[in-house]
Amino acid sequence: MKPAPFEYHAPRSLDEALGLMADLGEQGRPLAGGQSLVPMLSMRLARPAAIVDLNGIPELAYHRIERDVLVVGALCRHRDVELDAEVGVRCQAIGEAVPLIGHIAIRNRGTVVGSIVHADPAAEWPLFAMLLDAVAQIQGHGGARQVASRDLFRGAFTTAVQESELLTEIRFAWPPPGSGSAFVEVARRHGDFALGAAAAVVDLAPDGAVREARVAIAGIEAVPSRLEHAESVLAGRVPTEEACAAAAAAAAADLQPSDDIHAPAAYRRQLAQTLVRRALSLAAARAGRTES
Amino acid sequence: MADVATVVNGQPRTGRCEPRMTLADFLRGPLGLTGTHLGCEHGVCGACTVLFDGKSARSCLLFAEQANGHEVTTIEGLGTPDKPHALMRAFSEMHGLQCGFCTPGFIVSAYEYLRDNPTPNKDAMRKDLSGNICRCTGYIKIFAAVQRAAEIMAEEGSRR
Repeated sequence: MKPAPFEYHAPRSLDEALGLMADLGEQGRPLAGGQSLVPMLSMRLARPAAIVDLNGIPELAYHRIERDVLVVGALCRHRDVELDAEVGVRCQAIGEAVPLIGHIAIRNRGTVVGSIVHADPAAEWPLFAMLLDAVAQIQGHGGARQVASRDLFRGAFTTAVQESELLTEIRFAWPPPGSGSAFVEVARRHGDFALGAAAAVVDLAPDGAVREARVAIAGIEAVPSRLEHAESVLAGRVPTEEACAAAAAAAAADLQPSDDIHAPAAYRRQLAQTLVRRALSLAAARAGRTES
Repeated sequence: MADVATVVNGQPRTGRCEPRMTLADFLRGPLGLTGTHLGCEHGVCGACTVLFDGKSARSCLLFAEQANGHEVTTIEGLGTPDKPHALMRAFSEMHGLQCGFCTPGFIVSAYEYLRDNPTPNKDAMRKDLSGNICRCTGYIKIFAAVQRAAEIMAEEGSRR
């Protein structure tokens, strides 16, 4: 299990990296944490002629907690977010999801943005991109463009990021102050990719009815998605167990899971319904408990 | 070919290799540090775990060239047969190994765990060491060994 030969480039600035990516075109692949790309190279599922290693570009290694958004640069590691307690205060769902990504040695190297661009159907960060209406900044040698999460994920392992481009930053909108959020998943072993995962945000009006409900799912279809039908079922209602179950049933009816080696489609649909119900119930129970 | 200049176990080390050579192969081949074991070679088993700038990393998922200007600590850097680390003594004492293939990775991961958590919590330890796979022991004696190492380190007043 050794990678095929490649040229290795280690740019020291983003400009240099973008120049290299433009010159290399389809021959080049950017390398950040390498926790998905390097196994693919070793198994020769990917055979790029050149690797552009972003790890020597300190200007990409940051995350910032702003008033309305979590801003994550292309070299921010999962572990950086995990060890920032403020993230879990602002969004409990992220706080409980990040420790479930791989293992410590993986989270020490693997990056948030790398996970998004890799776009594994069951990965946590693409799910949060959908839940939290993230906006990605995609840069090419010619300039930058902003892409909303709903336009970012095109298929399993496929995003709107084109050859020669880099996703340099992603901004996740924090849930409203006082809302509750939750992340739930079912995986065979700790650290494995989930068979399915759901995340939800529930914001309550003073009378206890749902002002806004958001729920997203991953691992069931080729791309993570928002479940707008479930969200509308819950809007304006008191989020009782029955209401959450009705929302989950509506969501499951809309999904088109497929069979694979890990689980049949019928199981995945049932799993999705259970996960959505649990995520919404838990988020609703947490809503209103923390003051902004 | 690539020139690599890195610091391994506190010593400056240089070598030449193809860009595609992983750090794990570089350690074991050109540098002759065969304590780092390679199991799966795609980031699943944890046998090749080293410290990269003080943080645990899979050396099969890093290229040797990426270690340019960085510090690597391998199992050889934690202790020697003459002067074994508390973790090595504890693994021996508690029978925390059988075939020993996974042990270097386990000890490096456990080193990071005890450095960051001097008073181990059994449940947290199981989660934090879940990235290392052992096919012999069933893990019970490995966790007992890490627990024992924490006691030894506390008795000897060492944090490392």
